[in-house]
Amino acid sequence: MAAIINSSPQPAILEEELEVEATSETMRGARILCEALIREGVDTIFGYPGGAVLHIYDELLKTQDRIKHVLARHEQGAVHMAEGYAKATGKPGVALVTSGPGATNSVTGIANAFMDSTPLVVITGQVPSLLIGNDAFQEVDTVGITRPCTKYNYLLKDVRDLAEIVREAFHIASTGRPGPVVIDIPKDITAQTAPFTYPDHLDLPGYRPDSYGPIEQVKRAVSKICEATRPILYVGGGVIHSNGSEELLELAERLNLPVTPTLMGLGCFPAGHTLCLGMLGMHGTYAANMAISESDVIVAIGVRFDDRVTGALEKFAPQAEIVHVDVAPSSISKNVRAHFPIVGDARSVIRQMLDLLPRDTEEPSRARLAPWWEQIRDWQVYAPLTYKNSDEIIMPQFLCEELYRLTGGEAIIATDVGQHQMWLAQYYPFKGPRQSLTSGGLGTMGFGFPAALGAQIAFPRRQVVAFVGDGGFQMTAQELATAVQYRTNIKIVIMNNNYLGMVRQWQELFYDRAYSSVNMEWLPDFVKLAEAYGATGLRATRPSQLGSVLERGLATPGVVVMDILVSEEENVYPMVPAGAGLKEMVLG
Amino acid sequence: MRRTLSILVENRYGELARIVGLFSARGFNIESLTVAETLSTDVSRVTLVTRCDDSVMEQIVKKLSEQVRVLEATDLTGVKHVEREMALLSVKAATKAARERVLGLVSAFRAEVVDLSDDGIIVEVMGDWDRINSLIKLLAPIGIREIARTGTVAMARSPEAPRSVALKV
Ligand SMILES: Cc1ncc(C[n+]2csc(CCOP(=O)(O)OP(=O)(O)O)c2C)c(N)n1
Ligand SMILES: [Mg+2]
Repeated sequence: MAAIINSSPQPAILEEELEVEATSETMRGARILCEALIREGVDTIFGYPGGAVLHIYDELLKTQDRIKHVLARHEQGAVHMAEGYAKATGKPGVALVTSGPGATNSVTGIANAFMDSTPLVVITGQVPSLLIGNDAFQEVDTVGITRPCTKYNYLLKDVRDLAEIVREAFHIASTGRPGPVVIDIPKDITAQTAPFTYPDHLDLPGYRPDSYGPIEQVKRAVSKICEATRPILYVGGGVIHSNGSEELLELAERLNLPVTPTLMGLGCFPAGHTLCLGMLGMHGTYAANMAISESDVIVAIGVRFDDRVTGALEKFAPQAEIVHVDVAPSSISKNVRAHFPIVGDARSVIRQMLDLLPRDTEEPSRARLAPWWEQIRDWQVYAPLTYKNSDEIIMPQFLCEELYRLTGGEAIIATDVGQHQMWLAQYYPFKGPRQSLTSGGLGTMGFGFPAALGAQIAFPRRQVVAFVGDGGFQMTAQELATAVQYRTNIKIVIMNNNYLGMVRQWQELFYDRAYSSVNMEWLPDFVKLAEAYGATGLRATRPSQLGSVLERGLATPGVVVMDILVSEEENVYPMVPAGAGLKEMVLG
Repeated sequence: MRRTLSILVENRYGELARIVGLFSARGFNIESLTVAETLSTDVSRVTLVTRCDDSVMEQIVKKLSEQVRVLEATDLTGVKHVEREMALLSVKAATKAARERVLGLVSAFRAEVVDLSDDGIIVEVMGDWDRINSLIKLLAPIGIREIARTGTVAMARSPEAPRSVALKV
């Protein structure tokens, strides 16, 4: 603590001092970093070089047979790629950037990972220790800037701490509620030498995230759920982070419970399952929003009652008692008070619940919940997701359905942010976890394409699609060069409505169609743009072309950009207007 | 409502900024803040006084507990505890009458005179927040030139005392 007040510069470390343990090999900091990353099982790093990380890049060249470095075209892209890699694989993603502008460019990606609880380790170069605080060239206070948007961050002060810090960083990033960890490394430290030993234990006395919930509380929750007559499972990203999809399926089936996933939870429960009501919230299905509003017991697992999910809080599920399972205590009773708070990770707590269930639950549940299901089926029939298709113009919903048909529902799809994101959530029924990659908490335009690229690099043989808007794609389109350079097979589908569609929708509905700065007016020719980067470009303008363009594009090897011109002023429905309750949906 | 938080945190650079950031990011002012080592030089105790309502405090205490290097965060408000603070008050006292009034208050409050000059007195007073505020109020009409307060330190009366929210979960 005292260091904050007397920030005297660290004394220069003497070389002799560092050569202590003769048993371990002595190496420079940059090499220690690479070796530590290898020990953590890192096979891929996404990054961008610069002065402060020159030593690290020099070592990366020597370790390239063990760690692949992917050169992005912008640091934001590198961090989104690392996030796509992490979301698709479940392993922490790693990004490496230089000091100053390299660090500031990566902040959007770090904040995005923080909001969506994605495990990342971001290594930032820093100016040499003795220059810190001197407004040195390319100096920024990286730990200061990233403190509020990281789970934890470090400023390295001694090369002898490096291996231990890397070890801690991976542990912190990937356990409990996952999140990004930044390690800021001054350039001089990457040149200093120390013996390399990888620590086998961690010293984190204040960090002990729980996995199992308190058993008495889980028991009480289970008996409540077993008595409920209008229960619903509301599930999210926490189920995916904890790899709890199988357990969730078993819980839902054994108790015959309706399930509604959040945007971040898409795929944690198979969308085509009869128990699945579709997504809830602002653009959720009528049945999901009605069911949660009328429920008597909400079983919320790995969710955080985000404002886009609950609508007006005072109107949210007035009759419901709430069981809330989350690994982060601060997520519980934050927006909506939980009657049965359970701190623990989703998978472990569902496992506990399953173990506590009486043997034959299916039949009694079916009988008890028959009237509830009848009501839910009525809601589904009354207002299913629907749109009016056309022979003249491609409807965006039809595009999503065609994409589903032609990928067999098996693709990993990363979306950007906007209308297309919501339509894909509604019309692409994800079958499994880690298939949907999207920016939920921060809502970062520019996320989709690099995130998809990170996933494609993790899984070179899988079908990976970036489903993006004409606006958002332009925020990180330069990563086409990265996609082509690494010979990926990524497919980019641009839902081109020639508008910043989601903002236009709000201006249409709430500002009397006074369109202010939402018409792109000048779009690049995306087909030629693809070709300029050495990729294939295709375009569909009419419904009759759509199937064949998608089919051809998906089957063409290499990077393919498909520019799909869709109806310009279509709106996403249902929609819960800002400030309204979930039952006050506008159906369109 | 005035609230006193007691936080045990690993004694490392950056941790105080992390704690304070939870308040400043929500636009809450910190009324007083003290930090010092505990029995273990690896652990510091932070005592923080702020004003906010119950639900916000619950959220902040949980967030504090979740911090990687925070060992324990306790909201002492509503728990039996002792609070102490020390203040130095520089009082104008150029006349005999003024000096006598100041010295009278000093003995009534069991305070101490730590500096005496021709025209003023520096008083050292210790006590809880209320006590120090009362002395300040009484000295104000005589003329206070300057105040330096340490900020509150606090401790639960018995370690078994129930805590509103504490320990890492
Ligand atoms: C970086 C960033 N800037 C601004 C916004 C606000 N915003 C949300 S959706 C949207 C429009 C997106 O347009 P487009 O990418 O064409 O997608 P569409 O809604 O048309 O499908 C904007 C500007 C945002 N989410 N992210
Ligand atoms: Mg658009």
